Amino acid sequence: MALSSSEPVAALKRRLEASGNFLALADVSFDVQQGEIFVVMGLSGSGKSTLVRCLSRLVEPTHGEVWLGQENLLSATERRLVEMRRKVMGMVFQSFGLLPHLNALDNVMFPLRMAGMPLAQRLKTGREMISLVGLQGRERSMPHELSGGQQQRVGIARSLAVNPELWFLDEPFSALDPLIRRQMQDEFLRLQRMLQKTIVFITHDIQEAFRLADRIAIMREGRIIQIGTPAEIMLHPVNSYVASFTEEVSLTKVVTAGSVMEVIPADWTGGEGVHEIDAAVPIEALLPRSIAGTRSFVITREGEGRVGLLRSEVIAKVLANDTIQRGAT
Amino acid sequence: MWLVVLAFIAICIAMRPALPWLVTYPSSWLLPVPSIINSVFGFLIPLLKPICAVLAIILRAALDACSAALQWMPWPAMILFFAILGWLARGWQLALFTAVGLGYVVMAGYWEQGMNTLSLVTLAVPLAVGFGFLLGVAAHSSRYVRGITMVVLDLLQTVPAFAFLIPLLLLFGFGPIVGLIACLVYAVAPMVHCTMLGLERVPPSLLEAASMAGCTRRQRFWHVILPTAKREILTGINQTTMAAFSMVIMAAIIGGFNDVGWEVLNSMRKAEFGQSLLSGLVIAVLAMVVDRITFGMAQPARDRTQTTLRNGLRMAVILGLPLFVAFLLNASPSTMAWADKAQGVIDPSGLNRVVIRFVQDFSAPLDAFKVFVLYHFMLPLRIGLVGAVTPFTWGFAWTFQVSTIYCGLSLSLAVWLWFRGQWQGGAGVLIGSTLLLLGFNGFPWPAFVIVVTALAWSVSGARLASLAGLGTCFIVGAGLYGPLGQSLYLCLLAVLICMFVGGLLGVAAAKSDRFSAVLKPVCDALQTMPQFIFLIPALMFFQVGELTGLIAIALYAIVPPIRYVEYGIRSVPADLVETSRQIGCTAWQRLIHVELPVAKPVVVLGANQTIMAALSMLPVAALVGTKDLGQQVYIALSKADAGLGLVAGLSVALVAMISDRIMRATVSNTGGALD
Repeated sequence: MALSSSEPVAALKRRLEASGNFLALADVSFDVQQGEIFVVMGLSGSGKSTLVRCLSRLVEPTHGEVWLGQENLLSATERRLVEMRRKVMGMVFQSFGLLPHLNALDNVMFPLRMAGMPLAQRLKTGREMISLVGLQGRERSMPHELSGGQQQRVGIARSLAVNPELWFLDEPFSALDPLIRRQMQDEFLRLQRMLQKTIVFITHDIQEAFRLADRIAIMREGRIIQIGTPAEIMLHPVNSYVASFTEEVSLTKVVTAGSVMEVIPADWTGGEGVHEIDAAVPIEALLPRSIAGTRSFVITREGEGRVGLLRSEVIAKVLANDTIQRGAT
Repeated sequence: MWLVVLAFIAICIAMRPALPWLVTYPSSWLLPVPSIINSVFGFLIPLLKPICAVLAIILRAALDACSAALQWMPWPAMILFFAILGWLARGWQLALFTAVGLGYVVMAGYWEQGMNTLSLVTLAVPLAVGFGFLLGVAAHSSRYVRGITMVVLDLLQTVPAFAFLIPLLLLFGFGPIVGLIACLVYAVAPMVHCTMLGLERVPPSLLEAASMAGCTRRQRFWHVILPTAKREILTGINQTTMAAFSMVIMAAIIGGFNDVGWEVLNSMRKAEFGQSLLSGLVIAVLAMVVDRITFGMAQPARDRTQTTLRNGLRMAVILGLPLFVAFLLNASPSTMAWADKAQGVIDPSGLNRVVIRFVQDFSAPLDAFKVFVLYHFMLPLRIGLVGAVTPFTWGFAWTFQVSTIYCGLSLSLAVWLWFRGQWQGGAGVLIGSTLLLLGFNGFPWPAFVIVVTALAWSVSGARLASLAGLGTCFIVGAGLYGPLGQSLYLCLLAVLICMFVGGLLGVAAAKSDRFSAVLKPVCDALQTMPQFIFLIPALMFFQVGELTGLIAIALYAIVPPIRYVEYGIRSVPADLVETSRQIGCTAWQRLIHVELPVAKPVVVLGANQTIMAALSMLPVAALVGTKDLGQQVYIALSKADAGLGLVAGLSVALVAMISDRIMRATVSNTGGALD
């Protein structure tokens, strides 16, 4: 996906500001892989919400291209767009966007109704979605009778009702209390393991970003300043702005075993008490055993078997790095 | 700038003896606006008349059908119908209130007239609602339509209703159709407003959510926007109904239809206070019943679980039961005849006697009050202290020495204020004291124009100043400076009274929940009353005259200050109140130094509403013999002189708009200072 104009950004910006407008997004270019959680992270006003709205064309970008598979979304007609939204895209909003005059189940079934699905089928799908997000028994509740967390569950169920491939989440948990937020993040990860959607997730919360992301794009003033996996961003921030973000996150939580492992040496015997660890586990989880004396962990990946080796010295190095960084600031 | 203004006023006053045209606008300078308008109408009316005639025939047929249907229903069945509606809208209390209220209408013997009034309303409301809704939607979706609509709405809300009765009268002739159409025109405005408000208030996130749910534009409008704006739209229906009702009563002034408004007017003209009280109360009851029912329906329903089947069943009960009763009663005339004995059991002539005796018993204190207010408050403002103070009224003559002392006092007060840095206050004192000295009648018109323009300039800027300057010039140029002065002085007095009394009541209501609970239904009731009603008590006690008009205006305009002052004080942030208590303010200090200053923007808005209400009441008050712009409208109405009527109406509208803009600018200035 790319939004670009032939004009240099600085000139464009000046021209727009002179005419009383402002440049919301420029020079933004990235692609999202199928089944990936792509998190866009930035402070308020950095253009991240505008970005996701450009992808779904809730906001019309003035220049650029948005490719979904072989199709350029920006050249889609209004009609085609409606069809895509009915079949391919789902979106969750920060302020939930529930219709106040419909109950939870009706809200979930709303996109299906708009698409003209018969009632019986609608009810079946709607109930499935409701139970998917764990709201059984609250189908008849009106939005104002539900707590914030429950309302967002309805929002999530609604966005998934049409079984979309693309799932946009615009700061879905920002309006929730920290405890509920945490719970919802777990819930979200559980759903994603089950559904394997292609996700663009917007957040301003660095912890959330590092917790959920496969890859992160960091935005500032309408531009993407770095794209990478959490570990990459953590270990190699492009500038001090990104570094100042990552200060708040503990390295050991972000760096996964897979990202710092080495290839298993040919002469490696393993010895007794080999610990097999999934590549996605953050090294934080390995600390207790490492301190207790385990010298190395065997890294596995689902479907691939043993893929690498992680020595405790490496863990200690990451830990030391983290401490130095923190001490320095 | 104010120095120049003051100098100009001083010159005008000094020149007064030499140049009499400074006070009375010379008739040779009059703008020929009324005659131009009349000739335009003279040209247009023959063209439009055939169309109007067709329209009138259609409407007349609809009206006849409507009132025939309402008359066919025997009154017990009708009361049952309304009671069921009330029960559905708000529960059994409203049902009971409805039944008792309508029962009173029957007993007072105004059932038939009441139904005629209602038939006008039932015909006008759906039309106004439909049209207003469409216009609101159009204005919401197109900026161009919106601009035009806002201007038209502004005019509709400020031009007195009587003024646009006149062209309608010329087009449609006397009779209920004029009332109906006036009612339509007048009642559309709140519907348009509420529709636009409702559509604007739909949160953007909902619109986005709807788009992402795959709504087409049409689906988005019908399934998302409309249900979300439902509450405002229903409120619009409620307000439209009330506006229509109030206008129907007003339209009775042109007569030709046997409705309640006509009854009130007639009995007032004949000085039959018993009848006018009874029929006035009928209007009040009808207004409250209609208001409560439509308001109740605008509230969100408590249980949402009813299915369409149940709704259908409910509709069947609502319509079926009264119809069944109606058939039964129509089938057995003897039962109906027995029931009809209840009609008109209240004897108005007895009430007449009681009321007249009551008024006579209190005539001495009432007269004394009237004279006191007239000489000490009304006359000085009208003809100035110079004219009002005589040995006969104030006990001393307005001699040269008194004049010197007065001037010296006001000058020194102004200078003192000036030195304290409040130069606006100083200028205000000077202008005010000059006004009080000379009265509205003796104030030179060029000075008036300059003062208003300068005021507009200083609060807002060139645009408002040009509106104010041109507007006042238009009024003066149309030869209405005299009536304008009369209007301003009546309004000013009424507003002062309202702000003082209403402000006190508002403060009391803000401080005591119990008092607020008592005051609220009274305010609600006052606000639902058609303006007409307020003339009755005033007329009863003070006969025809300006004081009566003043009291009627004050009664009508007292609700906004109460509401706004209470709201303003109650919405002072709790932490500010806590802070001031912690600092050690007494309740009184807190009120003066914390709550009132913080509530000031709201209070100014309330004052603005009061002015608007007072101005809109002017033409109605003209019925009891004031000499202001309203009277001009009224005279034009009786002569069917469209030019004069529209010019006078437009003048009232201009006064309203200018003062409204100035007040709003003041609010936004203080609001800006607060932030």
